Amino acid sequence: MSEPVIHKTTPANKMVLTMGLVATICGVLIVGAFEGTQAPIAENKRIMVERAVFKVLPGAATVREYAATATGIQPLTGAMPEGGVKFYAAYDQAGVLKGIAAEGAAKGYSDTVRVLYGYDVQCQCIIGMGVVSMRETPGIGDKIITDQAFLKNFEALDVRVNTEMTALANAVKTVKHGTKTNPWQIDAIAGATITSKAVGRGINESAQKLLPKLVPHIAELKP
Amino acid sequence: MSLPNPADEGITFDTFMEGVWRQNPVFVMVLGMCPVMAVTVSAINGISMGIATTFVLTCSCFLVSLLRKLVPKEVRIATYIVIIATFVTLVDYLIQAGSLALYEALGAFIQLIVVNCIILGRAEAHASRNPPLKAVVNALGMGLGFTIGLFALGGTREILGAGKLFGISLFGEHFQPWVVMVLPPGGFFVLGGWLLLFALFRGKAAEGGHTHGA
Repeated sequence: MSEPVIHKTTPANKMVLTMGLVATICGVLIVGAFEGTQAPIAENKRIMVERAVFKVLPGAATVREYAATATGIQPLTGAMPEGGVKFYAAYDQAGVLKGIAAEGAAKGYSDTVRVLYGYDVQCQCIIGMGVVSMRETPGIGDKIITDQAFLKNFEALDVRVNTEMTALANAVKTVKHGTKTNPWQIDAIAGATITSKAVGRGINESAQKLLPKLVPHIAELKP
Repeated sequence: MSLPNPADEGITFDTFMEGVWRQNPVFVMVLGMCPVMAVTVSAINGISMGIATTFVLTCSCFLVSLLRKLVPKEVRIATYIVIIATFVTLVDYLIQAGSLALYEALGAFIQLIVVNCIILGRAEAHASRNPPLKAVVNALGMGLGFTIGLFALGGTREILGAGKLFGISLFGEHFQPWVVMVLPPGGFFVLGGWLLLFALFRGKAAEGGHTHGA
């Protein structure tokens, strides 16, 4: 930009004052918007979690947040305790425990795939899986939420904890399409193996951390 | 700021239509292509992004125009960016409060509105030289032009790549989606097609008048 040669510089204090004024106006606007939208955003997040949990645990009516730590389980209020794992306990209309939901995450094809799975206490298996967020290729990787054969894997996916209560008896593993032989295996979608594997890894990592801490104390959740 | 000042011309229909037609940000100026390519995998994403950008554009142009005599030229760009960033933060909160699903779909591109060159360009080229009302009218036109562009791309890509429009299936069970259209290369194909169409329309409308590539 070729400005005329005569330069008339503005005094520094005027610049500082102007910037200060603009920053103040902007600050007030931002704080106002933050205060005004805080409650609806929190409510939206709560509804989103509830919806996701109800989807993986059909029949649930209320959800409570808990944290599982090495010493036991406790309702999650405020910050997560050291080494704790977050999970949701879902209850039906009568207040009976319907199951546990927890989140798992693993790197997929283009970004982290975050899934929520529903755990059934009686059968010690996963009875539902939903995707919290993903950026997988449309039409290929995103089949994990539409492919009925793939979703069948999560009707009774075995996640029993071993007798020492240290880990899962059998690690959850995604296997090549058409080679599933055991109830703890996930049959991958042909052509979307990376995303299928991410789901398996996410569930396995989360379940390995959560279930050995949770299962010994599960009776405490029953009202 | 010694360029000829069109401020005295007053507000005409042209002030508004400039952004929709003659200087359409997507089809003519080819500005702000990052969100144009990235979020237009569906019509609803395109429209939402367009509305969010229009909001930021209009509000920041209003404030920039209001403060135009106060802001020294040395710090004007810094001031504009602060103002634009403020409204981007506002729109970010508002979308989260409105719909988290939409917020997830638009992802980082809401925050990236701050670096969208249409907004800084309008603030610098128009709002800083014109009274608030005129700046707002012009910004609304630009925003509408941008939204139309995003909708045109998003709609086309959704129809071709998923066989749907606004999530409603158009062709029934047997349609085999043209998946590449919702992938990044599809963005370029569809944009190219639209640029061609728009150039043809404009060429016809101008009847061999001036045409220039952007």
